Amino acid sequence: MSVRRLAEDQFQPATFAFNAENTVFEAATIAKYPEGRQQSAVIPLLMRAQEQDGWVTKATIEYVAEKLTMPYIRVLEVATFYTQFQLKPVGTRAHIQVCGTTPCMLRGSDELIKVCQHKIHHDPFHTNAEGTLSWEEVECQGACVNAPMVIIFKDAYEDLTPERLEQIIDEFEAGKGADVPVGPQINRHLSAPEGGPLTLLDDIKPVRTNLDPKPEPAADGASVPPADAGHPKDTAPETDKSLKTPVTAPAAAAANAKEAEKGESTTTAEKPDVKRRGSKAEGAPAPEGAVAGEDKPKRTRKAKPEGEA
Amino acid sequence: MLKDQDRIFTNIYGLKDKSLKGAMSRGHWDGTKQIIDNGRDWIINEMKASGLRGRGGAGFPTGLKWSFMPKESDGRPHYLVVNADESEPGTCKDREIMRNDPHTLIEGCVIAGCAMGAHTAYIYVRGEYMREREALQAAIDECYDAGLLGKNNKNGWDYDIYVHHGAGAYICGEETALLESLEGKKGQPRLKPPFPANMGLYGCPTTVNNVESIAVAPTILRRGATWFSSLGRPNNVGTKLFMISGHVNKPCTVEEEMGITFRELIDKHAGGIRGGWDNLLAVIPGGASCPIVPAKDIIDCQMDFDGLRAVGSSFGTAGAIVMDKSTDVIRAIARISAFFKHESCGQCTPCREGTGWMWRVLERMVKGNAQKREIDMLFQVTKQIEGHTICALGDAAAWPVQGLIRHFRPEIEARIDQYTYRSTSEGAVLEAAE
Repeated sequence: MSVRRLAEDQFQPATFAFNAENTVFEAATIAKYPEGRQQSAVIPLLMRAQEQDGWVTKATIEYVAEKLTMPYIRVLEVATFYTQFQLKPVGTRAHIQVCGTTPCMLRGSDELIKVCQHKIHHDPFHTNAEGTLSWEEVECQGACVNAPMVIIFKDAYEDLTPERLEQIIDEFEAGKGADVPVGPQINRHLSAPEGGPLTLLDDIKPVRTNLDPKPEPAADGASVPPADAGHPKDTAPETDKSLKTPVTAPAAAAANAKEAEKGESTTTAEKPDVKRRGSKAEGAPAPEGAVAGEDKPKRTRKAKPEGEA
Repeated sequence: MLKDQDRIFTNIYGLKDKSLKGAMSRGHWDGTKQIIDNGRDWIINEMKASGLRGRGGAGFPTGLKWSFMPKESDGRPHYLVVNADESEPGTCKDREIMRNDPHTLIEGCVIAGCAMGAHTAYIYVRGEYMREREALQAAIDECYDAGLLGKNNKNGWDYDIYVHHGAGAYICGEETALLESLEGKKGQPRLKPPFPANMGLYGCPTTVNNVESIAVAPTILRRGATWFSSLGRPNNVGTKLFMISGHVNKPCTVEEEMGITFRELIDKHAGGIRGGWDNLLAVIPGGASCPIVPAKDIIDCQMDFDGLRAVGSSFGTAGAIVMDKSTDVIRAIARISAFFKHESCGQCTPCREGTGWMWRVLERMVKGNAQKREIDMLFQVTKQIEGHTICALGDAAAWPVQGLIRHFRPEIEARIDQYTYRSTSEGAVLEAAE
């Protein structure tokens, strides 16, 4: 936590009002949140006020509180809790926020802070004599692969050396801050490695395999003979493939059948009585010599002769 | 090395066309309607099957998180909140997504919203990312104009995305603190339960996801869970944006396969350690809150959740802070302590008081102006902070200090000896005049 207080009364302006452009922004921002939840807009509005005036004044806090129908204390809480809100006037041409957290520290942010102390003021949050420049050490700004870096208002200046920072400060002091290229100050593009990216050089084709219709199971799949790997190997003599059966040699079987028919017709003169072939259930008379009903011998388990085991 | 064809963020360096048209030519916004038509169950099952773990640091399975949202609305609206409050030192991946490849995120918001029955998303961008916010807002406006967002859009799922921002509070990266902040209050974490899936933003069911978790979802659904889970190793699948900062020759952000070894990561992408591998002292592997790992353990370690847990640290957000032997490791950790002292929200006493206490002791240890028994006392205090706070910031503040004591105790003792050696009987220390 850090203790933060509003600026002394002698610095506080009496009133606050958004300019025309920001009034439009104000209405649009409040409309982003559901009815009755306008309080959500407090941070965006305070931030926009800071962008307009350079810092958050007491009048701003009161204005925002009334606009969002919040108690003053709630807005004051927000303004003092969030460290990005400047509660005192900062440099008019540049407020330099030097990131000093470990990743930047490892790559030399200490030297950048010394440059600021030397060129602006020994202490943070103090403007230089002209009131044009000020600096502070901030916590991680989320540009760690471009360390060390500073943020001046909205833009980040990355991969700095102390000499380069001195030049940048001079440019801003001269009012030519807009001419300084933003982002990395060395030969690299954003977060790509120095000297050019090593990846994403190929031509990448979009893939959507999961959304393309799945290929239907092949319609002629049946023509593919099923694998017989799972079948047991049959070595029984009667399944020997060289044996001829009516199934494997139908022509020979037909010839045999014809021959047999011929022979039969010559030997048996009378046709067999078809009716006799029916079963009893169909009402056919039992064949001669058949036993049925009470006469049928009962099937009983053969008693094992004693001594046999 | 991951093939370019398997990278999700195809414009992470912003060298290609960033507009909607450019994004579409790279395959984004392709078949979004089809994904949404497949229904929430299909999306959630596919996300679960992909094995994606949240990319914000804790590594909670994303599909599972989405499934916690109530199936039927009880009249309250559902919200998706995207956590773009990326403030962990060493982490700067969401920035690249938002400014260079914003359509991955926007499309992900629509799909994730459909999966959890939400028609509104808020993207909470950290206050310092002003240009990133503008880029993201421009991309969203483009989608509204193209009829991809808003009411009766082309995707068949009414959806609104609003960009909100913070104002420089690290703690707002904690999900409930983020919700508080989004409601226009101080960012102080809430007690859980009730969990956000039940009572989140404005008291409505809410899911908070990291930018990267949301941004990879459309590509996973397009290419299939099996593709994503075939990268990396079980329980640590997919690709990840790695950020390599500190003492390497070419710091960079790069998307790589999970489970890549640290050596390969540095040699292939970051141009090696400054001064060669023998010059490596230690690495903080996943953002400042992860315990430091000495060189011998990290060199051949697999960079993923399980690999780093095996060496007593954690994967976090995969922001590796590399330190070579020129580093004053005590000071590096003291600076992290200063960071946590600055960012503690002040709600729980162990954290509010403890972070400042640890920082002051460490500042003395940087000079050596301490007693050796204070090392044990410091370790004990870290244990009293850890696990005794509402949110994980207490733990996050304690772990780097524990890591320092575990691996670099001799350094601290040597520093104390050196200081004592130079002191006089009166207690004054002779220091070189500057």
